[in-house]
Amino acid sequence: MKRIIVIAGHYGSGKTELSVSLAMQLAKEQGRPWRQLSLVDLDVANPYFRSREKRDMLEKAGITVHADTFGGMQAAELPALTASLRAPLENPDCQVIIDLGGNDAGARVLRQFRKYFEGDEHALWAVVNFRRYETRDVLDARAHVEAIERELEMPVTGLVNNTHLLRETTEEIILEGHEKAKALALAMDKPLLFTCYPAGVIDAGDLKGISPLMPLQLYMRPAYLDK
Amino acid sequence: MITDKVLMKGNEAFAEAAIRGGARLYFGYPITPQSEVPEYMSRELPKVGGAFVQAESELGAINMAYGAGAAGGTVFISSSSPGIALMQEGMSFLCSAEVPLLALNVSRGGPGIGGIQPGQADYYQVTRGGGNGDYRIPVFAPSNIQEAVDLLYEGTELAQKWQNPIMILADGMIAQMMEPVRLPEYKKVLTPDEIAAHRDWACTGFDDRGGAENRRVVKSLRMQPEKLEEHVEYLFEKYARAEKELCRYETENLEGAGVVFVAFGTTARITREAIEILAAQGIKAGLIRPISLWPFPNKAFDEIDYKTTKAVISAELSMGQMITDVQIALNGRLPAFLAHRTGGMVPTSPEVAARAKAVLEGLK
Repeated sequence: MKRIIVIAGHYGSGKTELSVSLAMQLAKEQGRPWRQLSLVDLDVANPYFRSREKRDMLEKAGITVHADTFGGMQAAELPALTASLRAPLENPDCQVIIDLGGNDAGARVLRQFRKYFEGDEHALWAVVNFRRYETRDVLDARAHVEAIERELEMPVTGLVNNTHLLRETTEEIILEGHEKAKALALAMDKPLLFTCYPAGVIDAGDLKGISPLMPLQLYMRPAYLDK
Repeated sequence: MITDKVLMKGNEAFAEAAIRGGARLYFGYPITPQSEVPEYMSRELPKVGGAFVQAESELGAINMAYGAGAAGGTVFISSSSPGIALMQEGMSFLCSAEVPLLALNVSRGGPGIGGIQPGQADYYQVTRGGGNGDYRIPVFAPSNIQEAVDLLYEGTELAQKWQNPIMILADGMIAQMMEPVRLPEYKKVLTPDEIAAHRDWACTGFDDRGGAENRRVVKSLRMQPEKLEEHVEYLFEKYARAEKELCRYETENLEGAGVVFVAFGTTARITREAIEILAAQGIKAGLIRPISLWPFPNKAFDEIDYKTTKAVISAELSMGQMITDVQIALNGRLPAFLAHRTGGMVPTSPEVAARAKAVLEGLK
């Protein structure tokens, strides 16, 4: 795993849930090569459901969170970033997860930090959900991934299959997404890094033949939305 | 089972539902938390032969909608609370001139420019009318994305049927969250000739109708008070029919309930979780969920179990606006209380449950 992991993807592909779940998971891992862990929320496109809303939970788990300039104003919709987010990027002892906004437009904000991506310290992941209306097929998903690459002038280094329908996700839906993700990976000549599944909805044991798997905890979704 | 459901963000689904419902003209101005709607419309409407115009303001947008609707267009507009406030003059004009319009308010915290988190404090604005004069606008409040999709899809027809604006009130939470939805089929769109024939009041040009005596006039100016009174009374006969036909609600768990919540939109979902919390504590709670806010579902309150229910609680994201209608509907049969947060704050289900418990304790 690289020190800096940038998570990009289509609007609503699940970048934030993945970022938060990944950070929480890494925070629990023993023997990581970096002593510190940061989550950088670079979503300046979305007004709701941003990883900074989980700042308290993340910080309790030992993860520093860098987001907007006005620390307390998580509801602000200003495309203003805190200068502090350069600190983890420059700290060789800190692993960083960067949660980008959706689409090429949401990814654009990363360009100002290009100097940190000139070496070999980073990975750029593109998350795809083939049950999202605008990425139902491989060609549409490919167009979105390519648009992000064009915007960032950086190649996506790996794909993440996050095909789901929230609490209505079934094994078949994940399998169907997995097949499309494999086709996308083949067409784009990129590795399919792993497949996500919503923990508590799907049992990993029912996803035979798919590996590696990554459970997502749905930290961002308020429980009342599923009543 | 593999379904054909797709995962959509509320705003994307609202926009797509309006397009599938036949809306081909959209006028708007971006405002959080609904900006994905104009974004989607700007990208998708031209692909289906429609037109998107970014107006210079919401005032411009509503008047473009007035003109396009008067010309027989199937028009959709959207905005969020302060933007909808700017449109109120136009709403009054459209009602008077009987111009159809499908409108969406993705409501946020106020007053003033307020904030961008979800709110329901536009209840008075939409149910009482923020514009001048005697008029009514049917308002529907979906509590999930699928319901919003279905209402918007139907809304294009309702607007034409009633020749009036139809408002969908969806709070910011429903607009920003994602849910699996099943999208309806595309409705057939009328050709200009069909519009001229079917929308026989619309100003589609009079060349082929034989001159000025057959002209169609869409207007709200009536200088003679006798004529204006006659017109308003005619409108109110229409609204009286709408009150009967458009009343929609759901009730849950009313039989034997000790306390009944009244809640719409996102709040209804929080309340459902509160009902489960109360059940675990041995308190039976029910829910009246208004889907139409005007007409308010007064008759739902006849279904309350008056032998067991001690109190009714209006759960709102406001300082208490719907509670006025709850009191009217109860007509003194039971006391009404409020469970609320405002300014973009959303109550948790334990907060709502605790409020219900405190109300029941206080009545002992």
